[in-house]
Amino acid sequence: MTALLLRDLKLSVRAGGGALIGVLFFMTVVAVIPFGVGPDLNLLSRIGPAIVWIGALLSALLGLDRLFQTEREDGSLDLLLMQEHPLVLTVLVKCLAHWLGNGLPLVIASPLLGLFMNMDEVAIGATMLTLLVGTPALTFIGAVGAAVAVALPRGGLLVSILVLPLAIPVLIFGVSASYAAVEDPAPFMPPFLILVAITMFFAVLGPLGAALALRNAGD
Amino acid sequence: MTESLAISKFSDLANPTRFLALAARILPWMAAATVMLFAIGLYLSFTTEGDYQQGATVRIMYVHVPAAWLSMMCYTVMAVSAIGTLVWRHTLADVSHKAAAPLGAAFTLIALATGSLWGKPMWGTWWVWDARLTSVFVLFLMYLGLIALNRAMDDPSRAARVSAVLILVGFVNIPIIKFSVDWWNTLHQPASVIRMGGPTIDQEFLWPLLIMAIAFTMLFFTLHTMAMRNEIWRRRVAAQRRMAARMAGHVTGSEA
Repeated sequence: MTALLLRDLKLSVRAGGGALIGVLFFMTVVAVIPFGVGPDLNLLSRIGPAIVWIGALLSALLGLDRLFQTEREDGSLDLLLMQEHPLVLTVLVKCLAHWLGNGLPLVIASPLLGLFMNMDEVAIGATMLTLLVGTPALTFIGAVGAAVAVALPRGGLLVSILVLPLAIPVLIFGVSASYAAVEDPAPFMPPFLILVAITMFFAVLGPLGAALALRNAGD
Repeated sequence: MTESLAISKFSDLANPTRFLALAARILPWMAAATVMLFAIGLYLSFTTEGDYQQGATVRIMYVHVPAAWLSMMCYTVMAVSAIGTLVWRHTLADVSHKAAAPLGAAFTLIALATGSLWGKPMWGTWWVWDARLTSVFVLFLMYLGLIALNRAMDDPSRAARVSAVLILVGFVNIPIIKFSVDWWNTLHQPASVIRMGGPTIDQEFLWPLLIMAIAFTMLFFTLHTMAMRNEIWRRRVAAQRRMAARMAGHVTGSEA
């Protein structure tokens, strides 16, 4: 399992792995927003957390189709299916590796984008924290979509369409927790704890569903 | 003993040929019942007096509420069929949830469209990002995604198994829709018919609504049976075409 984790991590960081592309896409999405809504710093600081979250959501979707696709292409997916470890665990480890390679860089890049958006320190900290807690849920949900679409020739777009509706609760609670940290009357903890709960829930459901789909997608 | 008998009865029904025979027998009855229920329901909906505040627009409810119920029931039917696909690997279950997806999308669209038409005079806006509306919209997107997934794969049984997984994962949205009005207290009113302590809606509106709900349910089951029948036929035609193509190839191959 550790070997699988390290292997996936190496693959995602090295050239062609797509980890850096995700961060670049994240930055590009966020950078495009001021062009769309105008360079009004007050407005940007107000919508900042939402923009950063949406950017992170989109770029988390971007790399998802690679989660099982490359394994299927070179045949190692069959090896993973055949080994003695429960497939659920294998999928969980692959999700973790994918998150470390694609999700964590987004979290690390988010404070910089927060500065671009003229957010204050508390808001940046809260957004970063919610992203840290929320992005694993995106990966787990995405794993189901990636497993479902693994056999399709051009599954990338379909994965996004299938996964986005399920990812909406994550977005809702992530953004509302970020806002709650900035605006006084709303408490920070309830939405944040719900976000944690969603992540835990999908940490169970995601690998289970993905393993089931992978077993069934085989020919 | 009786249980095994019941199971064998059920598995008899699951045979596609027997299903086709049964469908041919009961479809006229179901269609007739649907038409009659709609006639009574529509008559009642149009003859009851309008609400003293909402006027005639309250009649939108008789379409909106049943369609919204059906949009959720259809997903539940699909989830049950999805379990059938994954556990018993049954072709009829595959056919069932594949046939139900477009119907569910249609009912959801009707619920959204009529709700929007009702919202304009009542709330003063076509659309609000309220919890119930948003979650139903998400349901609509999920139906469309499932249809797209089913279309993207050539092998029907693999497409069915894979979309069954997705249906079951997406089922988490159904309780969210049902209880969204209770959890987030927003613009859409909470449940007034199916609730603890009996319905709060007036008798005058309740009867047409219930009959319309039954009519919509019958409509769904009629259309669903027809769609399943068509899907079975379509698969048989495809199989026979494949066989004919193979035979043709065989003949030309032997001539060469």
